[in-house]
Amino acid sequence: MRNTYTIFKRELSGYFATPVAYVVLYGFLFFAFALTFLLGNFFTGQETDQATLQGFFTFHPFLYLFFLPEISMRLWSEERRVGTIELLMTLPVTVKEAVIGKYLAAWALAGLMLALTFPIWITVNYLGEPDNGVILASYIGSFLMAGAYLAIGAFLSALTRNQIIAAITTVLLGVAFLLPGVPFLTQPLSGIASPIVVDTLRSFSFLAHFESITKGLIDLRDLVYFGSLIVCFLLANALVVQVKKAD
Amino acid sequence: MIELRHLSKHFGSLRAVDDVSFSVGKGEVLGFLGPNGAGKSTTMKMVTGFLTPSSGTALVDGHDVQQEPLAVKSRLGYLPEGAPLYGDMTPLGMLRFVAEVRGIPGAQRKARIDEAVGKVHIGDVLHQRIDTLSKGFKRRVGLAQAILHDPQVLILDEPTDGLDPNQKHEVRQLIREMAQDKCIVLSTHILEEVPAVCTRAILIANGKLRFDGTPDEMQRRSKRHNAVALTVRAGGGHDLEALRAIPGVAEVEELPAADGLENFLLYPADGAAILAPLSQVAHERRWEVDHLTVQEGRLDDVFRQITAEA
Repeated sequence: MRNTYTIFKRELSGYFATPVAYVVLYGFLFFAFALTFLLGNFFTGQETDQATLQGFFTFHPFLYLFFLPEISMRLWSEERRVGTIELLMTLPVTVKEAVIGKYLAAWALAGLMLALTFPIWITVNYLGEPDNGVILASYIGSFLMAGAYLAIGAFLSALTRNQIIAAITTVLLGVAFLLPGVPFLTQPLSGIASPIVVDTLRSFSFLAHFESITKGLIDLRDLVYFGSLIVCFLLANALVVQVKKAD
Repeated sequence: MIELRHLSKHFGSLRAVDDVSFSVGKGEVLGFLGPNGAGKSTTMKMVTGFLTPSSGTALVDGHDVQQEPLAVKSRLGYLPEGAPLYGDMTPLGMLRFVAEVRGIPGAQRKARIDEAVGKVHIGDVLHQRIDTLSKGFKRRVGLAQAILHDPQVLILDEPTDGLDPNQKHEVRQLIREMAQDKCIVLSTHILEEVPAVCTRAILIANGKLRFDGTPDEMQRRSKRHNAVALTVRAGGGHDLEALRAIPGVAEVEELPAADGLENFLLYPADGAAILAPLSQVAHERRWEVDHLTVQEGRLDDVFRQITAEA
């Protein structure tokens, strides 16, 4: 796994060698704060009159949908386009090491992005007395969800040499993982289908698991959900690289 | 040190590489020749473990590339076709990355990088982004990463492509210097390069092995090998008939003449030496010989000859 770290370092510094990392970081932070203050009822309408970051975390699944594909899209498609995949795969590196190293670099960048939202945590602590346990759980949940998005993105990036196609397909598959949990779809559905069907569908969604974590309860089921998604997509990623590396 | 055993690669119905077997030993520099699309790069990609063969296998230093890919990859240096590099890195960053992946211990890393950088002369551009470098520099950075760990086996896909004549000369020099204690396989389009650096040439066409021998042997296959070009002053009774009558001459070709001179090209039968009988006849008949040269044979001709058969 020594090579995983070497590849991780190269990949992470690669993000900062181009404007990609900065654009994604600034874009995410801008929208995360703007949405929280404008739509998230941060200062006003908090019915319970309590200091929370609920309004901040609510938007994460949707922000990730559009900002994380820009991080994952280049992981493999750029290697294919430039031909460096031939260089990488003829170095004494296993596919597993390369897949994990690259993925962790993307996840680390997402982690940095999330960590840079700390001013809002300071603000809410200054203004009131929030439950910091809930906030910590929410951050962990958000980080896990980012990991799932990125695993999907890394897999799709391995399928094409075109970064734009990788990004767009990642958004589309991301939507598929959000929709079953979106209220305006589940509410009309619960009128016609039995609750078991609705709940089962909902349990496939990022939203259901993320929301349950942001309530402050880190349930093993939610960890297993995100963890198994990450593992499955990384396995698929490795398989695609192994079989199709020269295509 | 390299052994190809019935290596084949099919893409659908196309047989890109078709049952190719040969082995290359230490101290050999093998020129891998063939027209575009003949299967040179595909063969190299299979030996380096990038492509999986449809059948057959390749061994490097006794290790099967399919059974022990990492053992093979750590033993060879490889310059892929087009010398792909990470454009957002500097040559130094790139070499450090490769050194780390290759497991060169930290203490030796700097020395090894310095040595490779010195060999390919990229010291001036070490801190520039690779994206901004010229084609020649990129190729040399690619070479530097291939020789970084001083591998016993080097596989170079068109190492001199895109270099100017001076740089080509330097790279050939470098290959000759490294040749003694290594096993080197290089592909090239430039046939003049073959006698200059290679101890052996292999020609493939349509995925099949067509020729395997020394560059000399390859030249001898040429119809022009030992042919004599003769330039004489016109009007001395040296017509085609007289020339054809010379012992050992198989065929005479009349070439365009100028300035009261006549040009002939005399092909020998079975590569026989015809210079001596020719000069004897010329002397006896008092032809005014202006120019007389023995041809070594042209690799271009042999290349066309062999690939046309395929």
